[in-house]
Amino acid sequence: MARMKFICDAERCIECNGCVTACKNEHELPWGVNRRRVVTLNDGVPGEKSISVACMHCSDAPCMAVCPVNCFYKTDEGVVLHDKDVCIGCGYCSYACPFGAPQFPGQGTFGMRGKMDKCTFCAGGPEANGSQAEFEKYGRNRLAEGKLPACAEMCSTKALLAGDGDVVADIFRNRVVKRNKGAEVWGWGTAYASQQAGQAPTAQPAQPGAKK
Amino acid sequence: MKTRFALCSLCLMLLSACVEKDQVLGSKKDAPAFGGTPNGFSVKGWQGGDKNSWEQQLRTRGQYGMNDHLRAPD
Repeated sequence: MARMKFICDAERCIECNGCVTACKNEHELPWGVNRRRVVTLNDGVPGEKSISVACMHCSDAPCMAVCPVNCFYKTDEGVVLHDKDVCIGCGYCSYACPFGAPQFPGQGTFGMRGKMDKCTFCAGGPEANGSQAEFEKYGRNRLAEGKLPACAEMCSTKALLAGDGDVVADIFRNRVVKRNKGAEVWGWGTAYASQQAGQAPTAQPAQPGAKK
Repeated sequence: MKTRFALCSLCLMLLSACVEKDQVLGSKKDAPAFGGTPNGFSVKGWQGGDKNSWEQQLRTRGQYGMNDHLRAPD
């Protein structure tokens, strides 16, 4: 199996927030924590587009790189998860994430933020799969139930695609070919390309015979 | 002597409520998703434990649920 990936088709997203509601309901998230959000690009400008954004489970996840207590880990399917028993709620991951995925519940003592919470690709956490402890800390583990993330399965226009990277890329490519437009996948390059946003391009070796 | 012992036991019992839960430093080992879950919410007709069967289940579900060009061909 390829890695698990998200694609949001901006040509199809109608900003209904069904994905946000599905996620909040599925995982019984507290007030103030939104693992998924719908963002409008060029709001108010003719031709504006909306996309659904959450943790993209990056190939080279910057949150993992900056975590001072190493609470993150990656599953064999490329899903980036974290251990809330290790997280100290420092917020470094929040600064590092290009998608604004890490969330911090605000009901801690003296208004302090609690441990980080983020999209788990509906894959739970390090507790036993499907256990009550896992549900309370990370929400439902739909992958272990043989299902795909609730946000994508509930998407009314099927704008949000989630699952095996090969499958979702194939579905998206087929759509683009049929409608002949809308090939831009917002965030795909940042999350899954080898070159991160803001990073200087790596020097390509000179091709033999190429003109200078 | 007996009263003292009883008092100490009572104090210990009361104080035990203040103890924090054990925490493990470093990420715990996570069970793979293909192992399934015993919570009863698994997809009907699919049983965890076999990686190939899990991968096939997700692919089929993805194609059926998200590929509308497949469900309603042109």
